[in-house]
Parts: sequence; structure tokens; C-alpha cells
Amino acid sequence: MNDYANENKFRILQGSQANDAADDHPHDHEEQEEEETTEQGQRLDLTAVREKLREKTGKQYWRTLEELADDPHFEDLLHREFPRHASEWDEAVDRRDFLKLMGASLALAGLAGCGRPDIDHIVPYVRQPDGLTLGRPNFYATAMPFGADAVGVLVESHEGRPTKIEGNPDHPSSLGASSALVQASILNLYDPDRSQTVQQAGEIRSWSAFLDAAQALATNVKATNGAGFRILSGALTSPTLIAQIHKLLTLYPEAKWYQWEPAGGDGARDGAKLAFGRNVNTVYEVGKANVIVSLDADFLASGPGHIAYAKQFSRRRKLNGPSDAMNRLYVLEPTPSVTGSSADHRVPLRSSDIELFGRALAGKLGIGSGGTVAGEAGKWVDVVAKELQKERGASIVIAGEYQPAAVHALAHAINAALGNVGNTVYYTEPHGGDAGNLDSIRDLCAEMDHGKVDLLLMLGGNPVYDAPHDFDFVNKLKRVHTAVHLSSYFDETSAWCQWHVAESHYLESWSDARAHDGTASIIQPLISPLYYTHSALDLVAAFSDKPGLPAYDAVRAYWTEASTHLPASLEVGWRKWLNDGVIAGTKFAAINPELKFNASSLPAFQSSPADQLEYIFRPDPAVHDGRFANNGWLQELPKPVTKLVWDNAALISPKLAQERDFAHKVQSRGGEHGQVRAPLVAIELNGSKVTAAVWTLPGQAENTVVLPLGYGRTRAGYTGSNKGFNAYVVRTSNALWTATDGKMTATGDSYPLACTQYHFNMEGRQILSTATLAEYQKNPAFAQEHAEMPAKDDSLYKEFAYPGYAWGMAIDLTKCNGCNACVVACQSENNIPIVGKDQVMRGREMHWIRIDRYYTNTESATSGKATGDPSEYNPTLDNPETFFQPVPCQQCENAPCEQVCPVGATVHSAEGLNDMVYNRCIGTRYCSNNCPYKVRRFNFLRFQDWDTPQFKLMRNPEVTVRSRGVMEKCTYCVQRINNVRIDAEKQDRPIRDGEIVTACESACPSEAIVFGNANDPNSRVGKLKAQQRNYSILGELNARPRTTYLAAVRNPNPELEKA
Amino acid sequence: MSVTQPPLNSPDIRRLDPVLEPGHTYASVTDKIAAVVLTRPLGIGWLAGFTLAFGVVMLLFISIAWLVIKGVGIWGINIPIGWGFAIVNFVWWIGIGHAGTLISAILYLLNQKWRTSINRFAEAMTLFAVACAGLFPLIHTGRPWMAYYMFPYPSTMGIWPQFRSPLIWDVFAVSTYGTVSLLFWFVGLLPDLATLRDRAKSRYQQVIYGILSMGWRNSARHWHRYQSAYLLLAGLATPLVLSVHTVVSFDFAIAIVPGWHTTIFPPYFVAGAIYSGFAMVLTLAIPLRKAYGLEDFITMRHLENMAKVMLATGLIVAYGYFIEFFMAFYSGNKFDVFLAEQRLHGPYSHFYFALILCNILTPQLLWFEKVRRNVVALFLMSLVINTGMWLERFVIVVISLTRDFMPSAWGRYSPTFWDYSTFIGTLGLFVMLIFLFVRGLPAIAIAEMRELVHESDAKKGHT
Amino acid sequence: MTNQRVSRVQPIQFSHKHHVGDDGIDCRYCHTSVETSAYAGIPPTKTCMNCHSVLFNNSAYLEPVRDSYRTDRSIEWVKVHRLADYVYFNHSIHLSKGIGCSTCHGSVDEMPLIFQASPLNMQWCLDCHRDPAKNVRPKDQVFNMQWKAPANQEEIGKKLVAEYKIRTVNELTSCSTCHR
Repeated sequence: MNDYANENKFRILQGSQANDAADDHPHDHEEQEEEETTEQGQRLDLTAVREKLREKTGKQYWRTLEELADDPHFEDLLHREFPRHASEWDEAVDRRDFLKLMGASLALAGLAGCGRPDIDHIVPYVRQPDGLTLGRPNFYATAMPFGADAVGVLVESHEGRPTKIEGNPDHPSSLGASSALVQASILNLYDPDRSQTVQQAGEIRSWSAFLDAAQALATNVKATNGAGFRILSGALTSPTLIAQIHKLLTLYPEAKWYQWEPAGGDGARDGAKLAFGRNVNTVYEVGKANVIVSLDADFLASGPGHIAYAKQFSRRRKLNGPSDAMNRLYVLEPTPSVTGSSADHRVPLRSSDIELFGRALAGKLGIGSGGTVAGEAGKWVDVVAKELQKERGASIVIAGEYQPAAVHALAHAINAALGNVGNTVYYTEPHGGDAGNLDSIRDLCAEMDHGKVDLLLMLGGNPVYDAPHDFDFVNKLKRVHTAVHLSSYFDETSAWCQWHVAESHYLESWSDARAHDGTASIIQPLISPLYYTHSALDLVAAFSDKPGLPAYDAVRAYWTEASTHLPASLEVGWRKWLNDGVIAGTKFAAINPELKFNASSLPAFQSSPADQLEYIFRPDPAVHDGRFANNGWLQELPKPVTKLVWDNAALISPKLAQERDFAHKVQSRGGEHGQVRAPLVAIELNGSKVTAAVWTLPGQAENTVVLPLGYGRTRAGYTGSNKGFNAYVVRTSNALWTATDGKMTATGDSYPLACTQYHFNMEGRQILSTATLAEYQKNPAFAQEHAEMPAKDDSLYKEFAYPGYAWGMAIDLTKCNGCNACVVACQSENNIPIVGKDQVMRGREMHWIRIDRYYTNTESATSGKATGDPSEYNPTLDNPETFFQPVPCQQCENAPCEQVCPVGATVHSAEGLNDMVYNRCIGTRYCSNNCPYKVRRFNFLRFQDWDTPQFKLMRNPEVTVRSRGVMEKCTYCVQRINNVRIDAEKQDRPIRDGEIVTACESACPSEAIVFGNANDPNSRVGKLKAQQRNYSILGELNARPRTTYLAAVRNPNPELEKA
Repeated sequence: MSVTQPPLNSPDIRRLDPVLEPGHTYASVTDKIAAVVLTRPLGIGWLAGFTLAFGVVMLLFISIAWLVIKGVGIWGINIPIGWGFAIVNFVWWIGIGHAGTLISAILYLLNQKWRTSINRFAEAMTLFAVACAGLFPLIHTGRPWMAYYMFPYPSTMGIWPQFRSPLIWDVFAVSTYGTVSLLFWFVGLLPDLATLRDRAKSRYQQVIYGILSMGWRNSARHWHRYQSAYLLLAGLATPLVLSVHTVVSFDFAIAIVPGWHTTIFPPYFVAGAIYSGFAMVLTLAIPLRKAYGLEDFITMRHLENMAKVMLATGLIVAYGYFIEFFMAFYSGNKFDVFLAEQRLHGPYSHFYFALILCNILTPQLLWFEKVRRNVVALFLMSLVINTGMWLERFVIVVISLTRDFMPSAWGRYSPTFWDYSTFIGTLGLFVMLIFLFVRGLPAIAIAEMRELVHESDAKKGHT
Repeated sequence: MTNQRVSRVQPIQFSHKHHVGDDGIDCRYCHTSVETSAYAGIPPTKTCMNCHSVLFNNSAYLEPVRDSYRTDRSIEWVKVHRLADYVYFNHSIHLSKGIGCSTCHGSVDEMPLIFQASPLNMQWCLDCHRDPAKNVRPKDQVFNMQWKAPANQEEIGKKLVAEYKIRTVNELTSCSTCHR
């Protein structure tokens, strides 16, 4: 009942708040002015600015503004006026400060013990919307546009508040699964730091005011046929938006449209041009391939379609018994990726040497002049070539997004030669604009430099932060007469634009988007915009001949036209499209571009000296290119391989660390799992310099330094600003992905990094058992062996019978690739707070499911002793085998935690759940001490943000929001179990297998997690648990976990094993 | 009557110090002891010491207030190290609380006359130590205001505490021990309170001691009842000495954490408790007898006996350590073996070696009579042993938790300012209470000392 | 403490006695989602207006309702039955297992102003979860405000518990049945 009441309260609250936002701001603003004019002089303020600018016009006006820009006070003014002006409510900063919240907890500590206020209101609807039953969530299909891809999602909505995102089974880029980024995107919707209004030079403006201004500007550029009109966007897949832009371009013939995607590779496009003489979109049928060779392609965890690829890939690694076959994955990569870590064969190879391998492999397959590769990769060429020959038509060679054109061209050629095209790989027309990424931004900068640009329309993106450093975008931007920036945050770029338009979240606006294979979806809003925000469609319309055209109409209009060559017309189709989340018949047709590529025509390969240090740039696995920097869930998400949070670090190989003495030291606070002191280095590259912490990463190519992008933001918002180092500073157009001739020198200082798992060695314990396929076939029960499992009746307590359901989970370690989707899904479903870097360094992160990363075969050849510390060099760390193990609460039947809780706050349910009762817990932490799996999490401080209204909207009303001082942990999503059971019982039927899906299970792209009734031998989980691969962690403790694991099986090539 | 006293004509009588220096009369005894409370003016030393202690207590209050405001997160604890200083201090204080009852009850039953002069403040010390100890289980919880869930009362929730949990056993063990010790102490005080009442000059002293002495009139019947009551309480208290720390040790022994889950814990916790208890008695007795010139009552004999007890219990503790190691390797349990190695060369090995030095090596000096009879040496040693016993608890609680089953979840622990301030705060509380005690109540049992006078006179009669 | 038997001052002194007792309106006319959802649902102003646009459509007494309907501002009722936030009670399942409204809410049809008839504390919930038989009634009686437990409730109850497949006491008293 209470939740219901609250939800309604919040709805009202939110409404009124939106109004506040509107009314208050101008008012706020005046206040500020008054307060500032009093203290004239030192500090510059808007009044002063106006002084300076009065009776200046046109160019003059802007030159003065330019002078101002150099004035330090102006800088300071920007900081005071711009950053999150739009989102300022009284003591907003304190309110949002969910890491400290001193004040608030001071006030509340006393109350915490006492009862609730006596009066409490119910606020019903005046007119209840149709199809809404209070307390029953609705699900809507929509799609999350992301770069050159869009992921179809089903969004759970409680009384109009989107609370949880799931994958859409009918959508080709999702197939029902999702990723960490997709899961976390809902936090961006409710982010209080989002920009909330239109602003002109820091002043709040109404949308209508903007429309007028836009029209005025439009008429200006019209005069010159749009000669000075430029549009800059990221990669787009929205057919409507692209169409709108083209309309705009016809309206202004001289205008140009540029695209810049900082983490988008030109390699693929140029490679296609090199191979086929034209740009094509490459789609893989990973599921049909028996052998996959990845040339630095992280196709399981990044790039268009990766979720679908992960699903198809893992389906080929489904083992029901020793007789089943597996596909095989070879990966060559400079730095360990999710894909590389789950490969059957992996070799660390410097980024520039990947092409060499490609040539050699191609040569072996009779393409081009070939080449020779040194080191282990050299041994591969013959073996891999042989196997590819064997698997003609059932193999793929995938080139990495960040590899140069030649590698892509070679991959195309090899796939063609092997007859894979049409089977495991096919080509389609490219998405949207064909504008080259780098050329685009280069041309634009040139034009801005020559003052050719009067009106620059930026549809999202943040070029001031992420454009190649040598282009010096910010100073060129100052030469633009009028810059309009659409952005969901008031970011580095917005600060330099005359107009800033707050962008709507994809859950707030109408649009459409295409999946990696071209299938289109309608993006429908789940909630009306929380703030005064608008979509790219609105913005484009504002400059068109139809200003103020609603996005909805634009989308409808486009599809009315487009549906003429679709099976269903708009009238018939629309509702179905919205319902399914996909538009039938919009998948791109496969094309068959003719291969015009002659490998021998490639220029001779200049191999850089083996000892030369190579710096490569990669988008960060959590915050990507920086656009997710203000997303707390992602900031606190342990990066798949490094397990670092809240920071990026320059990744180096153990060997290099040893040579340069860059070993990091474990600090006491939290130690192995907590704080690590990493040495700071100054990296000089392309004439600029950045200071970064270095992190030793086993499996990294010896002379490679990885500089992850996306950090060092200065205007990301409260959560994301000033975290890590900004790698864009040393990234230039001539070396977008790979740079050499840099200098890395230790500064002598060190920097604390938060790392959630430092020790990577199992110390010979029965935790993660692994085997090769051959071994598995020889001995299917290998997982049972080294565990001495006690007999069932070894416990003093008498056996408890579970007559009804016995909920259990089976996690297939053969499939898990450590992608982290489950971690964020859990966080979103269960209202799990984030705690911030300092608390993680103290070892207090709250994730209910963690993914442990272990390296095997790390026994040092010399001492024979296993190392658990990457900073102790040992040759086996050069290329260890990596395994991932998701660890939620194991829901033990003989739960050690239950026997020690003094108040019975954690007890067993009749269906074998290890129930955690927050309101009974007094927080002795005894249960956690006694938990062998260390899956319990404690609210040491008040981690949960009780104050920010937006977050109240976001929370899942089905799950208690935990207060300070109580223990919490995975519950197998008991709220989902209960709701399904109640429905089943009302229909007087048993719960069907697969009817209850836990958050982690539904998010997992690899289908590695399966939940169900372990009592039923025919249930999916029952079958898995019946397998011989099934084992429980530390079985000898006789805790009898309900969560069991299926041992990891890899499928290495025997020939390569020998070699 | 007195079993330990050899006949006076035996040759070794010289070497055996009396428990009461000769030449004392009933009056002199009473004067001397009562004077400390009644007549003696407040010394500058006392005032200074008390003020300091009081200041430290204020620190304790601040620490606890901040704890309640912010949460246990202000301490260094984390996952996996869920217990830190709080529990270490709890166990340490409880241990110290052991000597009192042991001296009073068990030695009383065994008729050890030498206990007489030290039992009173040993008991007081027990109470104060238990008070300090009792603080920690409460404040270390995440929601102290909900701690009443731990008590079995018919609640509107219709559920009970979870009686399988050692923490519940703790609640009972510690509260029982506290109550019985208090009674035992108070009953013992009655005759002396009456004495003070009668000798008090100022009105308010007369009233206060009057009320406290509960109308004691020294009548034969009173003495009769008193003796039997005291004897009964002694009998009641005796098993508690063993039970309390046994139960406390269950907090660890019942858990499955490597380094905790072992059957040796109860005996060696009890031994350790007595060990630290006597160390603390010495720490207090030596300055006390100096400050108030009570050398006649607390003689070398007492000090030496206590030294011997420490040596004995120290050896038991040493044996405990050895068995822990032995069992780890003998059982071959890989987790225990690993932990044993960790103690020797893990990140916290220095604590372990410090522990060995304090608790095992140093006390070996007590084999030498010279050391046993050297007041300064004994005082220093008592401090060393108290430190050692604190380290023992740290090693048990922290090292075990830093290295348990899942290597991926291994962590480390480092105390924060608030950990220290809370610990030091309780030390302050303890000292402050002792200061109040020595000035407010007879630190030595007057009545019982008089009995000794009677006996020593009797002996004179013989010669 | 439990606020039992306390009636609240409401924006409109709505009388269940009048609507249920005298007019005999079914509970579900207003509390629409009681059989399908966790929440019984407080009726939107629209529901009031269905009748009151015609009946008493100009009585001053009902002005707040009309005002709400006009201005589209919700009527803010004062909550009477308040469970703690960490308790997840589901109306629909209780009804479908033969627990009637009056079992918890008392005879609402005789309440001019609604008040909380039961203590609604955990003990009280458990009393029934530990022995449902004493409160279960035939499903067709759940909305019957007059229903009184027959003399042989114990045996009838047992039969119904079996018939409605009410879960075992073990299951009903598992913590996660109500707490998540």
C-alpha cells in the first residue's frame, strides 16, 4: 500500500517539480545576478559581460566574446553559470551527494529508530488511464539507439515510471538479451545532472524562443543557400532523422552534414571501399561458424550486434554431454578483451602486427604475397589456415573495429576465398550517412577555421572533448557565428555554444532506429520528458520549413511513406510495430558486392621494431567514449578484465611493468579487494602530455600500452567529472587508434586505484574447474574429482524435505564471457546503491552478483609457486588462460549464515531460498563473516540516496529500499518468484519452467545463467544440474549451494597444443 | 584452618612472606584502609589522573555519538573483515574481567588467605572491565537501537531470537556474569560499608554509606547469614568464570571460518582470560599499593603468587597456540594449513610475531624468582602481557577474516581514527571508574583483613 | 500505537456505511483492482462522478469531488490502513484463497467513517498464516460483509484450505512470503 501511495506522491511531486524547474530558474538567476553585482570587479559576472557586449554587433560582438573567452574570470564565470545551472534546486549539490550525505544522515540518524509520521496520504488518479492496473507493471517495446546499432528492449513501467529494461526477444540485435550499457541507460533518464532546459549563453530560454531564433538563423543561412550551414552528428541509424536531415540538405543545397563518432572505426568503411570499392555493412552469422578467427575483434562485447553475436556464439558452446561438439575461437589481440578472455586460443599481438598476421594467413590461403610473423602467432598461421580450409563455408575471419582498412580488406578477401560469404557472413547497404568519420571532422574543422561556418548544428556528441586533439576543435568552434548544441548534459561542448538544447532520453521521445542488420524499430516514449528537453528530430525540424513539427508526426510521416513497400501499411502495421518493437520486413536485403581487392597490391608492410612501445586507444568498457561518464552504475561496474572501478588506467604488460619497475602496491584499506596504489606515469604523445596511473594487466602484448578513452571529463556532472585521465588529450588524427614514438616516464608519484578483485589465483581450491574438450570427453566427471563431497546426511541438522518447488540456479562457465550485463541488471532490479570510489577502496561495494576473474596455469616455472599478484612478474602472466565466474548468493541449503544470525534475520524459506529480512537485521555482520562465498553486502553507511526525487521514481517498488546498518544480498529475485506464483495460484496451475526469470538470467547474452525448479528433472535447471559437469564451489564445506556451476570447457586445437 | 600456612617452626618459614605484615592490630588495619576513603585529602596525583581519564571518557562519548550518527562505516571494517576492533576489544575486556571472580570465588573456596587483600579491587576491576566489554557488542551492530531484538520477549512480531546463534548465548553469559559479580562484590562490601558509615565524619558520607550498608549491625546473626550468602555466591560465581569465556570463544569456534573453527578455543580462551586478568590486577595493584602505602597488605607474597598464576596460564596459552598449528597441519585441512602459513608470512605476520614475543617468550622470565620478586619488572611484564593478549584477539579476529575461502574476495583491514578513539575511550572509562572506586570504597576488605590480624595474633601466641 | 480503531478526518467525510451498507454497492465497483493486483486501488475521481454527476450534483458537501474533476487535481485521502514499506501484501491472492474483506477490514458496511479494524501487526498476520483454517470462507462469500464464521468453522476451514490448495504453514510463514 505504502509503495502505491508513494508512487502517486512522486508523480505529483515530479509534476510540480518540473514546474518549479521552469518557474524557478529565471528567478534563481536574477537572485544570482543581484548577489554578484554587489561584488563587482574581481569576479566577472553576466552583468559585466553584458556591459562589455553592449552596443557591439555582429562579428564585433563575437570577437569581444572571444577576448572574453581568454579572460580567466570568464572561464570562472562559465563554471559558476553554466555547469548544472539548469538542474539547481536549493542545496541541490548536497541532495545529490549520495556518497557522503553527512547533513542528511545527521538529521535522520535519530529518526531511524523511531516510527513513521502519523499521517500519510493516498493520491489517486482523477481519471485513471486505460490499460493500467495499479500495482501491475506494463511492458512496452522500444529500442535503444547506440552508435551504428540499436538494441530492441522491453521496458517495465510502474504506473508510468520506467523502472527496468529487458532485451526484446523479437529484436535481431537483442534476441532477448541486453548489455551492461543497455541496462544502465535507465539511470541516465533519471540522472539529476541532466541538462533540463534550453539555454542561450547560460541563460534559460523557452523552447518557443529557441524556435523563433532558429527560424531567424535559418532565414539567414537560406540567403546563402546554406553555404555557412553545417550539421554535425554521431553515427545515426534513425531512418526518420536521416530523412529529415536530407530534407534539410535539399532545403539548403550548400549545407553539409558531417558525422563524428569518437569510438567509431573508419577501418571498416575504408576496408570495405578497399575491398569492394564501396561502403557496405557487414553482418555475421556467428552461430553458423565452426571456426572463428578474430583479428583484434571484440565482437562478443562491443560493436554493432555484439549482443546477438554473443548469443549465437554461446549457443554453439552448449554442452549437454561429452558427445556434443563446440565451435572454436582464435583471437589475436593487443590487450585482453572479453572476447579474447573466452577464446579457445589467444595470443597477445601488438596492434600493428595484426595486419602482418592477416597477410600471412591470407598468403597461406592463396591470397596476396603473404608474409611471416614472428613469435607464437607465427606458429598459428599454418594451423589456423589448415583449419579454415577444412571448415570452408563454416568459418569466419572477423577484423577488429579499430584495425586499419587493410586488415578489413584481407578479412573480406579471406571470407570470400573460403566461401563464407552468404553463409556465415553477408553484406548489406550501409546505415545512414556515408560520411567518413575522421575526414568529416577534419573537413569541418578546416571550414570552421576559415570562418566558413556561420551556423553549426550539433546533434549530440561532444567534439570539444573527444575530437582529435590536433584539430583543436574548441578554438575553431569559437570562429563559428552561431553554434547550436543538442546534448543531454551541459558538457564541455555546450559550454562553448551560443545555444544549448537539452536532449531527451530515448525513453522520453519518439523516434526510430535500425539494428545492425537493418531491421527498424519505432522508439516510443515511456514517460513524458522529465524536464524541458527535446529530441534530435525536434531540433532538425526547428531549422526546416516545418518548425515545431512534433517528432511523432515526423516518424508517422516517414513510415506512412516507407510502408508502401512493406508487407503492412502504417494503418495496419503501426500498433503491431509498437507492440513487437520491430517493423517486419525492414531488414536490409543481402547484397553481393564484387570483390575488387588484390592483396598483392597492398604496399609492403613496414613492421615496426619489436621493442618499440605502441600506444593504442580503446573505448572504456564501462563509460564507452565518455558519454556514460555520469552513470554511477557504470562507473562502479568492475571492468571485465581489470576489475578497476571509477578510474581508467594505462594498461601495460607484466613484463614491461617489471622492466620499468611499474609494480603497484597493495594498500591496507581493503587491500587485494579495495585499494591499490599504482605508479603515475607521464605519457608524451604527439606533442601533448597526460599523466596516468599504470595498471599491470596479464595477457597484454608485451610492448603495448592501452589508453582507455572516456575519462577525465570536466563537465560530465557530479558523478563523472574529474575521474581518471583524459586519453583524448594525446589522441591525434594521424594516430587515431595506434600511436608510436611516445614517451612514458614515471613521475615518482603514485595514485590510489579502486580494484574489486586483485588476487587472481585459486590457491588450488575447488572454485572454478576447467578442462579442454578432449579431457572432458575422456573424463566427463572431471569436475567432481578433486572435491571430496560429504554425504548428504553428514550434517547434524536433520534433512529438510522440499516437497514443492526447490528454486535453484545453474551457471555455465563454458558460456560466461564476463560481460557484466548481469551485474547491472541486478543493480537495476534490486535497487542496489552505489557507494563511490572511496568506499570501494575500503572494500564495501554492494553488487549482489560479482564476476570473479581467475587466471589459470600461473604456477611460476622457476619457483613452481603460484602467484596471485600481477605485480610479481612471472612468465606465465604473459598469456594466462582467463576464466570468469559470476558469484551471486549461493542460497545454501546448509547455510552457514543462518546458523549464526542472533535475530533470525536470515532464515530458510520452505522452497529453499535463503531469505534475508532487512527489517529484522540489526547488523552484527556475523553472517557475512561466516559466509564462505562472501556474497553478503552490508550498508556500512547510508549508501542509498533517499533524497533525490528522480531516484525515487526509478526504484523498483517490488523491492525494499535498504537502510543503513543492514545486511543485504541476492534473493534470486524473490519478488519475481512471488508475483509469478501468485498469478499461477490464482489460475490454479503449477508454475511453468522458465516462467520465473531472474534479472541476471534475462540480461545474460550468453544464456549462461539458468534459474528454475531444481525438483523438476525436466526443467532446464534440473537437466543442467543432472550433468556431470555440474559442481558446487567448495563442495567439501557441505553448505550445499542451490547455485551450482557447470565446469568451463574450452576447445583448443590439439595441433596447436602440441606446437 | 589455613591449609597453605606451614607450621611456624618449619625451616622455610623465612622465605614465605606473610600475607599481612606483622604488628598490625584491628584498629591499625581499619584506620589505614578506611583512611584512604574517609580522611586522606584528594591528592594532586589523583585529581590529575582522574581528570585525564575523564577527558578520555568524553572522547569515548564523542566516538559513540558519531558512530550512531554515521554508522559503523566510520570504522575500518569491510567485507570480508566484518569484525574489527570492536570485537577484539570486547573479547579482551571480558578476558580481563576474569581475574576478579577467580580470585574472589575460587580462591575463596580453596581457602587461599592471600587473596584477601587483593580480592576487593580485583572484583571491582572485573565489574568495570565487564562494563567496558558490554559496550562493544551493542555499538558494533549496524542498528544499535534495534539491538533489543536479541532479547527473548513476547513481541508483536510473534517471533523469537535465533537461539542457535552464539551471539545470543553471549547475551546471557555476559549479563549473568555481570550480575553475579556485582552481587558478590556488593555482599562482600557490606561489613566495610558499615565500618565506613560508623567512622564517617561528614553527614552526607554517613547517609550514603548508611544506605549502602543496608542496616548492617555486625550482629552475630548478620555475620552468620553473611558467611553463608558469601559462600553460596562464591559457589555460584565459580562456574561462571569458566562459562563466560567458553561461550565467548564459541562466537568463533562455532563459525566455519578457518582459524576460528577449532575445539581448542574454550580452554585456551579461559586460560588466556585468567592470564590477562591477573596481568591487569598487577597493573593496578602495584601502583595502588605504592600510592596509598598499602605494602603491608599487598605484600610480595601476593605479587609473587600472581606472577606464578600468570606463568602457569601463560604456558597453557602457549600450548593452545602450538595445538592450533599442530591441528592445522595434522588435520591437513587446506584452508587451516593456508591460514597457519598466512600467520607466519602473510601481510599481518608482524602482529603474530609480536604476539608470540609478548605472550610466550616474555613470561618465561617468571621462572626466575628474582624477576617474580621485582616489582618494576612485574609491572612492566603485566603491561606486555595485556598488550599480547590484545594482539592475540586481533590475530584471531582479523587475520582469519582477511584470508578465508574465496581468494577473489580476500581483503585487508586497517583501523580508522574512530576505531582507536573508541578503544582508548573504554580504557579511559575503566581507569576513571577505578579512580572513583579507590576513593569511594575500601579498596581492601577491612573485615577480612581483621580476620588475618586475628590469625597472625594467634600465631604469635604459639611462639 | 497500531492506530487501530482510529478514524481520520478526510477531505470528504466519505461513508462506507452509506455506500456499502445502505446503497449496497459492491466493493469492486470502486476498488477495481482488488482481484487482479496487490493493491485494491482507491477509485479515481471519475468513479465518484459516474453517479455524482447526477446524484447530489450540486450539494456543497461534494464540491471537493467536482473540484477535483474540474481542476484535474487528485483528492488527497488520508491513509487509514498503513502497512510498513517492507511488507508486501497482495489483496488478490487473499481473495482467491477465500479470505474475505471483512476478515481484515471488519464490517465496513457499518463504518460511517472508515477505521482500521485490526492491529495489522506481524503477530496478527502470523496468527492467520499459522492457521488459515480459522478464517477461510467459501470464495463466493469473500465480498459478503455479513458473513460470520459458522460454528463448525474449524472443519469447514480445513476442507476449504485443502480445496483452495492453500500452501502449507511452512510456506506461508517463510519470511519471503511477505518480506522482500
